[in-house]
Amino acid sequence: MLHLILFLFFGAICVAGAVNLLVQSHPINSALSLIVVMASLSAEYLLLGAEFLAAVQVIVYAGAIMVLFVLVIMLLNAGTEEHTKGSRIAIILGVPGVAIGAVLVAWTLLFRAHTSSVPLGALPGGPQQIARLLFHQFLLPFEVTSVLILIAIMGAVVLASKPEAVAKRHPRETPQELPELVGVRLAGQGKEH
Amino acid sequence: MSILLFLILSIIKSAVVIGVLLTAVAYSVWLERKVSARIQNRWGPTRVGPFGLLQPLADGAKFIFKEDLTQPHVYKPLYIAAPILAVVFAITSISVVPFGNSLSTPEINVGHWFTIPAIDTPFQITDLNIGLLVVLGITSMGVYGVALAGWASNNKYSLLGGLRASAQMISYEVSLGLSLIPVLIKSGSFSLRAIVESQAHLRWNVWSCPVWYLPFGTLAFFTYLISAYAETNRTPFDLPEAESELVAGYHTEYSSMKFAMFFMAEYANMVTVACLATLLFFGGWLGPVFGPPILQMVLPIFWFCLKVFFFMFLYVWVRWTLPRFRYDQLMAFSWKFLLPVAVANIVVTALYVALRS
Repeated sequence: MLHLILFLFFGAICVAGAVNLLVQSHPINSALSLIVVMASLSAEYLLLGAEFLAAVQVIVYAGAIMVLFVLVIMLLNAGTEEHTKGSRIAIILGVPGVAIGAVLVAWTLLFRAHTSSVPLGALPGGPQQIARLLFHQFLLPFEVTSVLILIAIMGAVVLASKPEAVAKRHPRETPQELPELVGVRLAGQGKEH
Repeated sequence: MSILLFLILSIIKSAVVIGVLLTAVAYSVWLERKVSARIQNRWGPTRVGPFGLLQPLADGAKFIFKEDLTQPHVYKPLYIAAPILAVVFAITSISVVPFGNSLSTPEINVGHWFTIPAIDTPFQITDLNIGLLVVLGITSMGVYGVALAGWASNNKYSLLGGLRASAQMISYEVSLGLSLIPVLIKSGSFSLRAIVESQAHLRWNVWSCPVWYLPFGTLAFFTYLISAYAETNRTPFDLPEAESELVAGYHTEYSSMKFAMFFMAEYANMVTVACLATLLFFGGWLGPVFGPPILQMVLPIFWFCLKVFFFMFLYVWVRWTLPRFRYDQLMAFSWKFLLPVAVANIVVTALYVALRS
């Protein structure tokens, strides 16, 4: 009973955070709402018995990725967003679309899906079980994912570094002041000073 | 154990632990002032009470009565939320820290109609099987207090302080987490209580602590300690509040109790880090235990507090001995030195454990 109450409570917070994420016009408020969504999702995982996943959700998503989001928003000093024509059309089409989709999903789950509810802790959730799954059964996908992340990092480095010819012709053009003040050096320009 | 008893015990334990933590925070400020004075050949606080022992109370009263300025240019909701976030995250992580074995009392009859049932409860608010991950998660959330304070102040020095804090804490969190893995490989559990108990094979032999026991345990310990100093923004890594460059960094615009909350958060984080160092590397509450049952219950807590006190002292000692890093040195140190060392240590420890078994 208590589990159900807590589950509904955190579910409500999660949905409220997600709605707030869309409604807020300032990026930093949206980012903070996303943190609320991540944190309440981790509480849901905890209630389902996946305690390791819950902890990792907080450490990785709420603690590391969202900090980088906030860092970028602060670094760019992004201001309040303005409504454009496209965003208005998206609101007019999107809100009814989401409502219809939600009704369809709820209807299917309630009347059409022939699944029973999952008892608490029935799924593998402990660190040992997850490690066994990752390093036995899903070893190849796990390792391939790390290669994927490596490719993403390489892509970021390629995008961030200027071609050498351009950097030589216009040495003033590289944005040196701000990153230097903050102490974050963009890749590929650390050698010059 | 009935639910009511559990609830009452939990509330009492939480109240006691938070009370002790806040007192420890107040007195570590006093310790810092005294030790720094000693290092610089001065007296430090002496006027309020014997040895200036009541100074924390005087400081608290001063903070409460100071004017609470809120500049017109700040972004108010986050400006107010930031110190609260910082202090809440700093205090929460103490909830999974075990302080000693367990408290067990027999049934006590008070008069005819009222009986205090037999209690057997660990000296810990709650023993989670992911305790260590909870501490890491809460620590990683703690950066928001500092980052948002810097941003919401709407002031370039504060903003730079906040940016530095978030970049620095993200970087050092990686090596902090990796430096703990050798200990985890040995103990095979995330529960802090289980980690300490895995160190107890030779009751009070200090050589059984992971620091000495693992092949490069000392290395893991120093990697942890350095990352933890950076994670709590203490000298030599206190770039977010470097007063010679950034006025006061992220808390430039804060005054009165809001400033005091950042101060409390910093010291509470120090206490948590010291507790973790004690639990993971120095055997937690393990130590010589003797005497009557009551002493056997209290002594482990004494050993735990002594070890934590040593780490708090080390914090102060380091702060008043070492100069501050430059920012690029700080980042290079984390990514180019600490991280490779931590990863290499994991590999070596894993090989050692696999070959030994």
